[in-house]
Amino acid sequence: MAKLILSMDGLVLKEILLSKERTTIGRKPHNDIQIDNLAVSGEHAVIVTILADSFLEDLGSTNGTFVNGKTVKKHFLQNNDVIELGKYKLKYMSEALPGAAKAADFEKTMVLRPGAMRKPPETHPPAAAGGPAVPSAAKAHADTQIGITAASVGAHAPAPAPAPVRHAMLKLLSGGNAGKELELTKPLTTLGKPGVQVAVITRRPQGFFITHVEGANKPIVNGKPIELQAHALNDHDIIELAGVNVEFFFKP
Amino acid sequence: MDLSQVLEIASHTDAGMVRSHNEDSIASVADKGLVVLADGMGGYNAGEVASGMATTVLTTELRQLLEDHAPHEVDPQSGQKAALKMLQQQIAKTNTSIYQASQSQRQYAGMGTTLVVALFYDNKVMVAHIGDSRLYRMRGDEFNQVSKDHSLLQEQIDAGMLTKEQAERSSNKNLVTRALGIDPAVEPEIHEYDTRPGDIYLLCSDGLSDMVSDEDIGMTLKALGANLNLAAQQLVQMANDNGGRDNVSVILIRILREYPAGHGLASKILGWFR
Repeated sequence: MAKLILSMDGLVLKEILLSKERTTIGRKPHNDIQIDNLAVSGEHAVIVTILADSFLEDLGSTNGTFVNGKTVKKHFLQNNDVIELGKYKLKYMSEALPGAAKAADFEKTMVLRPGAMRKPPETHPPAAAGGPAVPSAAKAHADTQIGITAASVGAHAPAPAPAPVRHAMLKLLSGGNAGKELELTKPLTTLGKPGVQVAVITRRPQGFFITHVEGANKPIVNGKPIELQAHALNDHDIIELAGVNVEFFFKP
Repeated sequence: MDLSQVLEIASHTDAGMVRSHNEDSIASVADKGLVVLADGMGGYNAGEVASGMATTVLTTELRQLLEDHAPHEVDPQSGQKAALKMLQQQIAKTNTSIYQASQSQRQYAGMGTTLVVALFYDNKVMVAHIGDSRLYRMRGDEFNQVSKDHSLLQEQIDAGMLTKEQAERSSNKNLVTRALGIDPAVEPEIHEYDTRPGDIYLLCSDGLSDMVSDEDIGMTLKALGANLNLAAQQLVQMANDNGGRDNVSVILIRILREYPAGHGLASKILGWFR
């Protein structure tokens, strides 16, 4: 569960768990987080929490609500955001541990069923003052989700992090634009003439590959036509395509 | 009408880089202009069972119906096209089959599936979907998402709580608000669109749309549109290169030429001269 850490002048005053769908902040005693300071409005702001996401909304306070130094009306809270009200600071910490956060993003698809929802134990009517319209389905609590099979996180090897790919270039060696260079910045770069002969160079974590797309002839790499499947490109390979020679090389 | 000469169809499905088995299921009936994609959910292998039932039941039943009924014909009483009624009835039937299986067999309890179905006829496509499996369209240089997810994030975007960019960072991905087979009844969202020769339609599971940006998907279709099989494989490969956290499935359909339905003898004769 996400939490807020209330502090003033660097002194931690309190830790508040965001256990409710609506957590109100203000000077008046009925607020969930009461801050008895004249710079804070009676009903200053509210945090709406939907499952793992929390949203901060200013309730038309006199002195405004700031997040990371910027004034906000409505804000989707991110881990380590600092909310400022007058001299007070509230640091937002999302629930997930640094490692678990990523895995949780990719839990299997689950269903939220509006029809089968249990009412949250404390239902505050949405604030008349323009509270965010919470979709009805969002009120579901975790236990109404079905088909939860959170992938056993430890069992799977973490997906390979995309390795930093070296920068590669193409240089035209013949034809009207001979000498022209092109950096391969996109995941896909097509070469050739549509309808005649087209090949594509794909940038992948493993490197660069050339694949035949259309045309009767396959591209020729270093004098040999490539097969139907993707062909890995090496530094200073010469590609012949639609009568034009192109050199592939890695940027020094 | 045989549509296998009008539609070019290519598809590819893969378990991805993390999951051990593939709970997605895809099917197509080229001559009837029907493609189906389902992304199953539920414990053990129940997800595969649900998505497999969805594609099998729908293709079998619809193929049979399309033998006997023209999808473009309008029912004089309701004023609705036969295609709409067919899709509604068969999706309801499929829902019942999956729901009953999940109720009667313990190991299937709680299983369900998303669904996206496209039925092509008479220069049109009728699209039914449930959950977060999507249909995109490439027309000329424009690449757009056609279906709108039934998901918590989409509801939040609609309610103005999140922008599309913020949604990318949300922790509440993968929460669908509708699914096939989890309740006794389900409401599919069904729309009809005009098609044009040259259009490319993409049906995909969230394993693609969560891992690869719309921009990169569009770019791939633009670059490799001439070779649909390669494009389908490239899309799956891109999802896997980006981590492949989920099963990924794609079906690509290109409209090769016009395919007006014969509305009578005269148009049939005219059709011969096209």
